[in-house]
Amino acid sequence: MRKIAFSKLYIGLILIIMYLPILLIVIYSFNESKISSVWGGFSLKWYEMLRNDRAMHEAIKNSVLLGVLSCCAAAVVGTLGAVGMSRVKLRTKGAVEYISMLPIMIPEIILGMIFMTFFALIGLPFGMTTLVIAHTAFCIPYVYMMVKARLAGMDASLLEAARDLGASPWRVFFDITLPLIAPAVISGMLLSFAMSLDDVVISIFVTGAETNTLPIKIYTQMKTGVTPEINALCTIMLGVTLAIVILSGIIGGRKRGDV
Amino acid sequence: MRRENRKRQHDGHGFLMIAPMYLFTLLFVFAPLCYMVILSFLTRAEVWGVVHEVTLDNYRNIMTPVYLRTFYESLKLAGICVVLIILTGYPFGYFMAKLSSVWKRRVSMLLMIPFWTSALIRMYGWIIIFRSNGVLDKLLMGLHITKEPLKLLYTYPAVVVGMVYALVPFMIFAVYSSAEKMDWSLVEAARDLGASPAKAFFTVTLKLTMPGLLSGVVLTFIPSMGLFFIADILGGNKVVLVGSLIQEQLMKARNWPFAAALSVVLMLLTSLIIWLYRKITKVRELEGFY
Repeated sequence: MRKIAFSKLYIGLILIIMYLPILLIVIYSFNESKISSVWGGFSLKWYEMLRNDRAMHEAIKNSVLLGVLSCCAAAVVGTLGAVGMSRVKLRTKGAVEYISMLPIMIPEIILGMIFMTFFALIGLPFGMTTLVIAHTAFCIPYVYMMVKARLAGMDASLLEAARDLGASPWRVFFDITLPLIAPAVISGMLLSFAMSLDDVVISIFVTGAETNTLPIKIYTQMKTGVTPEINALCTIMLGVTLAIVILSGIIGGRKRGDV
Repeated sequence: MRRENRKRQHDGHGFLMIAPMYLFTLLFVFAPLCYMVILSFLTRAEVWGVVHEVTLDNYRNIMTPVYLRTFYESLKLAGICVVLIILTGYPFGYFMAKLSSVWKRRVSMLLMIPFWTSALIRMYGWIIIFRSNGVLDKLLMGLHITKEPLKLLYTYPAVVVGMVYALVPFMIFAVYSSAEKMDWSLVEAARDLGASPAKAFFTVTLKLTMPGLLSGVVLTFIPSMGLFFIADILGGNKVVLVGSLIQEQLMKARNWPFAAALSVVLMLLTSLIIWLYRKITKVRELEGFY
């Protein structure tokens, strides 16, 4: 009995430590005082400041656009890829699958570096295009893995039945496969969006001088000097992440029930 | 005949489906990786860019004491971090596997939130804690444990804490997923046969959760050599990782061939670690990795 109590205590303690830095940011984002170690009363003025910050609006717009574009691109490529891979027999299959998963296996810094030098080589101007390509590259694995896992648990006889009844392969894909793997596609997309929204390492290397994303802006501000405005910005980003996790949890939770 | 036909049509559309992934992977992952290897053998131009002259100088350069030292320091930091991650993350994953299924779901949900939150933002929280006269100093001085500010920000321990904090969820999930699958009756059997709890743990549990543990080591050791922004934000300029070195060579020194050579070495190191993992556990996929 005492042992169980200890294990719960330990889990609780670690969770508290995990949430402590996050909670502090949220608390201090409502701090009236500019000095973060002093509590000057409740205030929304940093959020107000954020609302009037033009450059910040631009960064938010860029980040959302980038996230949406790359998670949609990854959803199409990754889903088709996972379904297609399960249907074809090719000798290069394993190798291509392995290479396409590399973006989340190798250190981020290397990924950033190879994109930067490669885009410079082929003469692609640095900006939104390069950002979307780079982000799509590390989003595909998330979608691919989730869809692949989902396909593995699927009843193959459903597909056979449809095919024997004369449905074309594409018809089978849209009418049967896609509805069944939809939860996996959506949670893969949400995870991709969250990862894209948070990425700083790869973005730093592939962005142009004019295109700022939110994490890049936060990073540069953190290095030059801390302003309470970042607290407010981080709190908003935390809120967005929280919403995504909960949404994905709801969709993922349905996973067990609906088959 | 019809069946044959249908089979062919079936394969044809399969190829169409994988075409985008094949194209994207070859063009935007494989080609850049190849270019990195090529670049690492080229010469740096006088002012800017690359001269197409094959050389081994970049690799020879890495072998100089200054840069070898960076690799050593970076590996040492990664080693320290991984040990601490095992010590904190393993018990968590192990205890979590013993929870009731409702609590398992709740705890993994609670873990997911920080895990999905930007590491950058979470590091910012640590700045608030570690800063001189920050939350930790206030707390310790308030409790009369220390008399003056510890000035922990921009020190080695701050970087270690930041790294462990950022990476420990990987270990937790890896250990959890292998402890979850474990057959607990084996532990019971060991206990029934007279093994002490400690002995049962070391001879049975630890062995059975080893794939998860090792997978966690791989998943945390590799990033801890590259997470330059943690070293940057929490360590100032005092802690230099291989990752920081690559970033510096790319952005500041503008010596791309050298940065490429460093990356190749880091890649080889990474592959070696993954290869060792597969050799030891004979598992292809990393546990708890998705």
